[in-house]
Amino acid sequence: MSTVTIKNGSVGIVETHYYTYARQGKEHKLESGESLGPITLAYETYGKLNKDKSNAILALHALSGDAHAAGVHKGEDNKGWWDDMIGPGKAFDTNRYFVICSNVIGGCKGSTGPSSINQATGKPYALDFPFITVADMVHAQRHLIDHIGIEKLLCVAGGSMGGMQVLQWVASYPERVKAAIPIATTLKHSPQQIAFNEVIRQSIMADPAWREGNYYEYGQPEKGLSVARMIGHITFMSDQSMEKKFSRRLKKDQFNFGFDPDFEVEGYLHYRGANFVKRFDANSYLYITKAIDYFDLSGSKMIPPGKSIDTRFMIISFKSDWLYPAYQSQDIVRLLKRRHVDATYCELSSTYGHDAFLIEIEEQTSLIKHFLDKTFNGYMVVGNYGR
Amino acid sequence: MAAENIHLDYSIIYSIIEPGSRVLDLGCGEGDLLYPLVRDKQIRAQGIELDDKAIQECVKKGLSVFQDDIENSLREYPDNSFDYVILNQSMQEVRKVDCVIQDALRIARKVIIGFPNFAYFKSRIMLFFQGRSPITGSLPYLWFDTPNVRFLSITDFKNFCAEKKIRIIEDHYLGDRKIVHFWPNMLAMNAIFVITKQDGHAVTNIEAQSSNM
Repeated sequence: MSTVTIKNGSVGIVETHYYTYARQGKEHKLESGESLGPITLAYETYGKLNKDKSNAILALHALSGDAHAAGVHKGEDNKGWWDDMIGPGKAFDTNRYFVICSNVIGGCKGSTGPSSINQATGKPYALDFPFITVADMVHAQRHLIDHIGIEKLLCVAGGSMGGMQVLQWVASYPERVKAAIPIATTLKHSPQQIAFNEVIRQSIMADPAWREGNYYEYGQPEKGLSVARMIGHITFMSDQSMEKKFSRRLKKDQFNFGFDPDFEVEGYLHYRGANFVKRFDANSYLYITKAIDYFDLSGSKMIPPGKSIDTRFMIISFKSDWLYPAYQSQDIVRLLKRRHVDATYCELSSTYGHDAFLIEIEEQTSLIKHFLDKTFNGYMVVGNYGR
Repeated sequence: MAAENIHLDYSIIYSIIEPGSRVLDLGCGEGDLLYPLVRDKQIRAQGIELDDKAIQECVKKGLSVFQDDIENSLREYPDNSFDYVILNQSMQEVRKVDCVIQDALRIARKVIIGFPNFAYFKSRIMLFFQGRSPITGSLPYLWFDTPNVRFLSITDFKNFCAEKKIRIIEDHYLGDRKIVHFWPNMLAMNAIFVITKQDGHAVTNIEAQSSNM
């Protein structure tokens, strides 16, 4: 094995690709029973697929993520959402692996979702868009993987909703996944998680500008969507990380004695909310939060009793994550023990809360790098470890 | 390849375990015991370890490991999930020892237990002549910073097995650098037992070899 690695390398300039399937007469049957078609998926790839197509990794994004996981688009400077983890010499080393990131259906970043044009009407679907589930997202990705020509993925990996897709991949296509890395995620949404999502949805739908979902000619329900995202951001942080980041610091020297934001934390939430309105479709937020609330692979749903699977697991959680607490990752571990599945579980110390999966790079990199190495090469590579 | 340059207890355990076995190591540390077994004997290994740094080291070695404490880690495993459960130099740090051993016997054909002998003669000297809590090579801690919560002798362990109807199928007694053949409860710093459920295949029986010194 070559030991040459480029530290902090970037995949450079990348392009988003689009794949369309489920054209007329071949619509995709969804879990709800409804049909959807045609379906377009936006995706990006990094690195090179090897000859026997054995080095492909599928990276799966969280709730508001997109296909742009690494590098930069031409003429722009915003890096992909997992740029710290995907690239030459990084955790998902593009010198060795071929990384694919696909946007989910129901989204608004180039894949078919409620803001896409319904071919039957020539207008955006809005609430005519059928309800989708995490399983539907994964089935759509499977079509993409077929299209790229990959029989077996070396690894599927992702955090939060991305982690749910990882688990769903194993549930739906265990024979096509050699290794799985679910991070800061759960086998099922808890009542607390559903409750937060319901408040998020209600804040969007309570905005008159939402117009029962038919706002596309008028512009986003900005107030509702912004508040929805503010709620989200509170759940992504931890008490500790907020104390460290904002404490009680004021925006100005003294109190306003008014309802404009006094505190830095208020300013931060407003800023995040306003930004989100510019980049994410309100109806997509409704549909996708619903999809993850429906998610439930607990009990025997991921691996039926008496069955075992060859997929190896690396499960990662973060101590300060209270949105997807460590006990939910431990539930995955318990299930894998019952089914004799080869797995590793790490609970990383971090004060960043749920956001840690995007921030705590160093330890995750070491874990994932070595885990992938073992999965890809077996013991040959590390044969003389420590001797 | 032999397991050279490693602890005596590691090499004994290394030689006990048959190739291709399914092995669970409770308190596996940095995986120094499991790694040569995986490499040379193609065992299917799973470690359990609590320490953050040790977990990272295990993963670097390519080992599968769960971050968990020993007492919570066994419940979910179905009966006879493993050929061996190893509890080497970690039993003395466990509070519910009885539960852990019973659970280990439930999920594995054989359980390998290694522990420091509290009745080692240097311990006895320290306690008897100096009136101090023993500090020895195998029990190196001061009373206020020891991770150990259980202090037992070889005789204690044999009595425990007899009382619980656990069959001892192998026993090994370790001095500073070599095997101890006589008066183990007096002369051994560490002991390694291979135990199994009473209805398992017994190789030796406990009465025949206990000197109870």
